[in-house]
Amino acid sequence: MSADVTVMAADTGVNGVALAVLIILFLVVTVLGFSAARFRRGDNLDSLDEWGLGGRRFGTWVTWFLLGGDLYTAYTFVAVPAAMFATGSVAGFFAVPYTIVLYPIIFVFMARLWSVSHRHGYVTSADFVRGRYGSRELSLAIAVTGFLATMPYIALQLVGIQAVLEVAGVGGGDNWLAADLPLLVAFVILAAYTYTSGLRAPAMIAFVKDALIYLVIIVAIIYLPTKFGGWEHIFGAAEDKMAATSETTGKPTGSFVPGDGQMWAYATLGLGSALALFMYPHSITASLSSSSRNTIRRNAAILPAYSFVLGLLALLGWVAIAAGTKPVGLDGEPNAQLVIPQLFEDAFPAWFAGVAFAAIAIGALVPAAIMSIAAANTFTRNIYKEWINPRATDKQEAKVSKLMSLLVKAFALVFVFTMDKQNAINFQLLGGIWILQTFPAVVFSLYTRWFHKWALLLGWAVGMVYGTVQAYQVVNPATGKHFGGSLDVMPVIGDLGYIALTAFVLNLLVTVAATVLLRAGKVDNGTDETTAYDYHADADDPRVRKDLAENPKTLGAEEL
Amino acid sequence: MPLGSDSGETRVVPPANKFMLVAAGVLLLIPVVALMWVGSYAKIEPRLWGIPFFFWYQFVWVFLCSAMTYSAHRLVLAARGQSGKVLK
Repeated sequence: MSADVTVMAADTGVNGVALAVLIILFLVVTVLGFSAARFRRGDNLDSLDEWGLGGRRFGTWVTWFLLGGDLYTAYTFVAVPAAMFATGSVAGFFAVPYTIVLYPIIFVFMARLWSVSHRHGYVTSADFVRGRYGSRELSLAIAVTGFLATMPYIALQLVGIQAVLEVAGVGGGDNWLAADLPLLVAFVILAAYTYTSGLRAPAMIAFVKDALIYLVIIVAIIYLPTKFGGWEHIFGAAEDKMAATSETTGKPTGSFVPGDGQMWAYATLGLGSALALFMYPHSITASLSSSSRNTIRRNAAILPAYSFVLGLLALLGWVAIAAGTKPVGLDGEPNAQLVIPQLFEDAFPAWFAGVAFAAIAIGALVPAAIMSIAAANTFTRNIYKEWINPRATDKQEAKVSKLMSLLVKAFALVFVFTMDKQNAINFQLLGGIWILQTFPAVVFSLYTRWFHKWALLLGWAVGMVYGTVQAYQVVNPATGKHFGGSLDVMPVIGDLGYIALTAFVLNLLVTVAATVLLRAGKVDNGTDETTAYDYHADADDPRVRKDLAENPKTLGAEEL
Repeated sequence: MPLGSDSGETRVVPPANKFMLVAAGVLLLIPVVALMWVGSYAKIEPRLWGIPFFFWYQFVWVFLCSAMTYSAHRLVLAARGQSGKVLK
């Protein structure tokens, strides 16, 4: 914290009214979640398709909400503003170009993935790679990466819920149980209703969540900047703080706008995150849930509305600077992740602070549920059924999926406990380093079979190892912990850049070189079960219709 | 998966107007290039209502990108002769 920030009375006690409103709204949502199990339900939740894909009968609007629930999360509401508050625009505002360039990128390849998936009944990217190359090994690599990379992303959501509960005053005290109570409460709630109602719960809740979030955002972006002196004053306060010398590093606190030597960092964080996002199992699940090939493209044109909101939320981190918000945890230590909940508690009447807390908490809960379900689906289909129990019944599959959705959340808790919570945005960036390494095998294979399956596997392995080692070696100067950030000096260019993208380039170079060698040696490249037409099929194609119909579509998107 | 006579196995890739597809590709590429060229907008002046250029410029791109993505969507539909096609 810089010295020139005026200290607002840090309220670390229980905020009774806010907490009560938070709990009531949370309960309403939980009840909705449980009753969602009966929303347009198919035969039963014991089948994996039913529990894990909501029967795939969501159309444009539900898909839009589902994608929104996926993409704008505790990352948006807690981590990005916190990064803006702590170290400025390179650390946080890159999320805006990230979520803008995202849509042109998915526009290009997602329709092809939708078509080929529904022609062949693929549910995961690992399914597709299996079909494209007949390669169990490459498919396993994709599945394992998806499962692994989802963990830190869920961890980020848990940190978001924890931040809200902590500011509301839950937990605190000296023993570990009380100290971690907010986190454990968050974990139990999430686990309970994901386990009972599958993807239907998040779909239902997405409506409530988005309504709450838009309410809070509209109030926050109109009321707060006026209350704290207008945008001109806010940007002035942020500029002063970022230029001030940091006590821990002896350098300026952060960046107001990217300076010399920071352009690459800003660009690669944005581009790397955008390329990575739609490789996550949960993003693919949501995209495949749509009712036609073109739903995704139409969504790509309307989703940027969320990017605008994201930018305003990011700037709330700087509103907090102008407001002199002092984010102090229940342990008495400053914690930047608490800055937005703390700003809301300081600036809003208690009841509305409660509404805002609920919006943030539910906004973290929904994506965490979707993420864990998608990761569990990938595990069940591509690891359990493929390698462990090929003759699993539908009931066994659904059971394994449910258990894995719990396990992936438990691993996420491990990430929260072992990694540096002060820089939560880095959880997401770490996941991005891993998941981006699956991009060549999935996206390039949608267009060509020139790449060799073993070359793709080798490139993936090199990218994974390089990315993990580089990320491990980044030490946070304040805490001394490893995995302290996701930027490192890029070879050749010499500036700092996002490790995910450096690893991705390395992955590509290795893949291309090995492909040339393997093709020259005429090594078998597996069997392709797809045809050129598969990548263009739409909902009027008989096989696609059959795939969609296996979970009968009772209502169209437009009818909701 | 059983294949009937109407399974679509004999279908071919729908013909497309290459020029329109390329135009759509260019429309999609513009926002990516513009936003990755950070040096072109990492500056404070000119301000708009007190907001530094760096920030309002990127907000403007939200709308530009949305418009370009939607135009690309229409172009791709037109390129494949599906402009009027509504799928339920």
